[in-house]
Amino acid sequence: MTATLTREQERLRWRSRRGLLEMDLILQRFLDQHLTRLTETEVRAYDALLQLPDNDFLDLAMGRKGPDDAELLPVLEKIRQS
Amino acid sequence: MALSRQIFDTVIVGGGGSGLRAALQLAEAGHHVAVFSKVFPTRSHTVAAQGGIGASLGNMQEDHWLWHMYDTIKGSDYLGDQDAIEFMCRKAAEVVYELEHFGMPFDRNPDGTIYQRPFGGHSQNFGERPVQRACAAADRTGHAMLHTLYQRNVRAHCQFFVEWMALDLIRDYEGVVVGIVALEMETGEVVIFQAKSTILATGGAGRIYHSSTNAFINTGDGLGMAARAGVPLEDMEFWQFHPTGVAGAGVLITEGVRGEGGILLNSEGERFMERYAPTMKDLASRDVVSRGIDQEIKEGRGVGPEKDHVLLKLDHLGAEVINKRLPGIREIALKFANVDPIREPIPVVPTCHYQMGGIPTNYYGQVVAPRGALGSSEVIPGLYAIGECACVSVHGANRLGTNSLLDLLVFGKSAGDHLCQWLKSNPQHRDLPHDAADRSMERLSRLDSAQSGENITEVAQAMRRTVQHHAGVFRTGPLLREGVEKIREVAQRARNTAIKDKSRVFNTARIEALELENLVIVAEATLVAAEARTESRGAQAREDFKDRDDKNWLKHSLWYLEGSRLDYKPVNLQPLTVESFEPKVRVY
Ligand SMILES: Cc1cc2nc3c(=O)[nH]c(=O)nc-3n(C[C@H](O)[C@H](O)[C@H](O)COP(=O)(O)OP(=O)(O)OC[C@H]3O[C@@H](n4cnc5c(N)ncnc54)[C@H](O)[C@@H]3O)c2cc1C
Repeated sequence: MTATLTREQERLRWRSRRGLLEMDLILQRFLDQHLTRLTETEVRAYDALLQLPDNDFLDLAMGRKGPDDAELLPVLEKIRQS
Repeated sequence: MALSRQIFDTVIVGGGGSGLRAALQLAEAGHHVAVFSKVFPTRSHTVAAQGGIGASLGNMQEDHWLWHMYDTIKGSDYLGDQDAIEFMCRKAAEVVYELEHFGMPFDRNPDGTIYQRPFGGHSQNFGERPVQRACAAADRTGHAMLHTLYQRNVRAHCQFFVEWMALDLIRDYEGVVVGIVALEMETGEVVIFQAKSTILATGGAGRIYHSSTNAFINTGDGLGMAARAGVPLEDMEFWQFHPTGVAGAGVLITEGVRGEGGILLNSEGERFMERYAPTMKDLASRDVVSRGIDQEIKEGRGVGPEKDHVLLKLDHLGAEVINKRLPGIREIALKFANVDPIREPIPVVPTCHYQMGGIPTNYYGQVVAPRGALGSSEVIPGLYAIGECACVSVHGANRLGTNSLLDLLVFGKSAGDHLCQWLKSNPQHRDLPHDAADRSMERLSRLDSAQSGENITEVAQAMRRTVQHHAGVFRTGPLLREGVEKIREVAQRARNTAIKDKSRVFNTARIEALELENLVIVAEATLVAAEARTESRGAQAREDFKDRDDKNWLKHSLWYLEGSRLDYKPVNLQPLTVESFEPKVRVY
């Protein structure tokens, strides 16, 4: 699979390495299912989520909280369901 | 090909709690410091720590650093060096108050002092009764610590190299460490960083185990760098396990679940802990439960297609109790085990949590290694190591809870302070050797040119399975010997990997291949040292040698990559100012 990823996708894959194991696992599943099919808008939203501190991101991914920015929701839903 | 070169006073590999603490000490003193991190610093694994930082502030009940020292030495099963332990426990209050001063949002008592939590193994008056000693910031202690230290480092003009991977140390002809070779992920560029001193702060290598609580970045890079440069690794047989991580994922299920009445079952549906601990059963101490589970698996009573885990049953508690008292656990089970504990048991397995061993140092953080036949330890000039990748050794054979975050602060600061002095007497950069980057360039060019070879994912999987099975909680001579042979084969395969992607930009496969080379070094050290140590002490539990053997084994092991050979050095039983704590049988 790796050989077919674009550089942009590779970058997202690396940035999905986190400090919390829970986030590593959640994002790994998400990337396995969706990485090669993310639209430009989704990539932008995912990039924004990757900027968050791990604990805040985990709260969102586990559905304990909703995002402040509604534009993040579609990607977040995919993360939650992966 | 000439590589570009940058020059600093000090380069620090690692932007976790320990690296940031050391950086701050140096940057605030006006030194020119570079901190390297594979990920954004505040995403270092320190962010996972929740429990707290141990310090005998005495805010809740009377407490004393000497009691903390006793708990630490006893916890270490007497393998900890007592000079370093005294140093750490005496400095604890100071580094916690400093962190408070830097803006760390500690939990508070009504009178404004720092609130302290109870934690296993923390006692008053040498084991008489429990004491509350853990300082925390809600359940985000590590996160708050990283943010506090990072902000302050930015203010002190510390320079960060984010998404850079350090590859190797540079040692000159006299053995002095004069910098590192590092790779920028975004461009694939390799750069030489020349420095008067280098600090390794790369964290633990818990990813050598199949079941691990550690994040994916914890690949022991600093240990690989040190080992390749001829530095031995100390006490690598000692890894702390948590009895119940979600099988296949590693996420922790707290002991609280068994406290509420959860029970462990094997493939025959038997409540097996009744056999190992007739009185305490599922509530026995961590090591006893871990050993019980691992033994059931080894004897073929594990669950699942691979028979590699057991079950934690809590459905008998009822939906109401589970939802009310254990909501977080239900969430974890649903997300990471795909089971609803209200109806089904959770698959669990003993899970690697913390690396007690590491790069040998003294309490100034200077890396020390024996020289000559006399076994006297000598400082390796220019090289320091701190945090989980280092072995000071304050944790000995088993770490006391909350002592790791303390270790980051105390020895991070101590290394920074020591370096400020050292830099005064070593004001010049030494010349780089001609072969400065050769080792790194060879590793990279092998990967860049190999057309066929081993698959990284498969080799990594083989390594994790081997370590989990052969150097898990339940250890025997034959099991370990077989493990040593297997891991040597795996290590050979890891040096013969090939990747399809030959790009330089964000080539994650290339990075993972480099990380794997570091992981297998740590894995081999672990198995070899565990096989040789014919005793049970702390986290090393040998079925064929059930007792601690102070006569023969009150010593630290040192493993060298060259020849995969072992050496030993004595434990320092002499504290700095107080009387020695003589080894006693460890009962709780
Ligand atoms: C789930 C969990 C909970 C814990 N809770 C507690 C607790 O409550 N109390 C406690 O005392 N301890 C706790 N611990 C242990 C403690 O969190 C760790 O031991 C400690 O945070 C390690 O810090 P560090 O600075 O050594 O390394 P880390 O925080 O792991 O940082 C390592 C740094 O090195 C960088 N790095 C690594 N390799 C390279 C390379 N090749 N090139 C460039 N950079 C590199 C990384 O990017 C990172 O910045 C816990 C551990 C876990 C897993």
